[in-house]
Amino acid sequence: MIGAVSDDTHARILAIAETVNGDVDLVRRGRHCSTTFLLEAGDTSYLVRVREGRIASIERGPFLMRPWTFALRASADAWCRFWEPVPAPGYHDLFAMKKLGVASVDGDIIPLLTHLRYLKDVIAAPRRAAA
Amino acid sequence: MADPEPRAPLEPIVGRYLRLTLGGRPCRVYFEEAGQGIPLVCLHTAGADNRQYRHLLNDAGITRDYRVLAFDMPWHGKSLPPLGWQDEEYRLTTAGYIETILTFCDAMGLERPVLLGCSIGGKIVLELARLHPDRFCALIGVESAAYQPPWYDDTGFLHRPDLHGGEVAGALMAGLIAPQSPSETRWDTLWGYMQGGPGVFKGDLWFYRVDGDFRDRVGEIDTSRCPLYLLTGEYDFSCTPDDTRATAEKIPGARFTVMREIGHFPMSENPAQFRKYLAPVLDEIRAARRG
Repeated sequence: MIGAVSDDTHARILAIAETVNGDVDLVRRGRHCSTTFLLEAGDTSYLVRVREGRIASIERGPFLMRPWTFALRASADAWCRFWEPVPAPGYHDLFAMKKLGVASVDGDIIPLLTHLRYLKDVIAAPRRAAA
Repeated sequence: MADPEPRAPLEPIVGRYLRLTLGGRPCRVYFEEAGQGIPLVCLHTAGADNRQYRHLLNDAGITRDYRVLAFDMPWHGKSLPPLGWQDEEYRLTTAGYIETILTFCDAMGLERPVLLGCSIGGKIVLELARLHPDRFCALIGVESAAYQPPWYDDTGFLHRPDLHGGEVAGALMAGLIAPQSPSETRWDTLWGYMQGGPGVFKGDLWFYRVDGDFRDRVGEIDTSRCPLYLLTGEYDFSCTPDDTRATAEKIPGARFTVMREIGHFPMSENPAQFRKYLAPVLDEIRAARRG
């Protein structure tokens, strides 16, 4: 399927939980954040449940009538470029990718903006895990 | 009795307050300066203050020939908002911004200074190039464009009591810094954003996003009256190199350079990298002035 994630990308997304939960400073900064958001890589959806700064679960879709607060969507290729150790211009930030037209941000963005530093670190966790 | 010599490194920067009348109201404007020679007035970005120029003010290679001055706009840094601010919504306008810059230069007795502005400062440089080229010796627009296509159409989230303005501004601006920028200067830059007053960043963006659309007029700029340099970082997705290029193409004689490994805050996020691009411009301005 076009845009489906590779096994490697799938593994990197699931590993976000371990990377985040193992980072005591990140968990501390996110301690007021509890939300469920959708992370899409191409055609593959993941529901990420955050509870008090820890990643409670990352579940792979497809989903039927499952609620989420906001959705972060990009192609699998765009996420991989985002996770490169030194990303190219335009792929170095979620909103840079949005402006470039390779990512979208939908839903209730207020919780995303409220915890933006923490959540940016969560979605960038595969970059740090590779470093 | 003479003051004792300091026993720790003392920076050459001196900060003072200047009493100006802006928009018909008294304003106490803070500025810092260092060096001697050609005046070089520096304008900070939206929602920030003159600390962004602390590395330039401390650069002996530049302050040897330039008197570097950087002020905090009212509402920013150590410049308080004007009397009555508590009942009004702050909005930076093109006219108000021009008045602030020209009034500061006049009050300080600066004769044809070089003006360097970044982001909103880079944008106002374009309008000064059009309207007041004879007031300046050279103009340097950093992260400057007549227009930047927006990636959001509502800045309300920047000023609402249930969302910490400093937290969101810092996290938002983090993305505009190049990945190569050193940790220390990256976080210094973000600290400035985290400290802005409520609604000030949003008010500055009114100029950046709405009032400061100069697409219809930058073609009138005559660079033979005042040279115009445009420097934009490759990682800036707010004002992209393409945005600046589109502006430069409308202005005969404008000198445009893309800066590698730099984002939206060159002087602040990576001073050493910015210097590689700024120093040759300042050398050229100095040579032209001497000639």
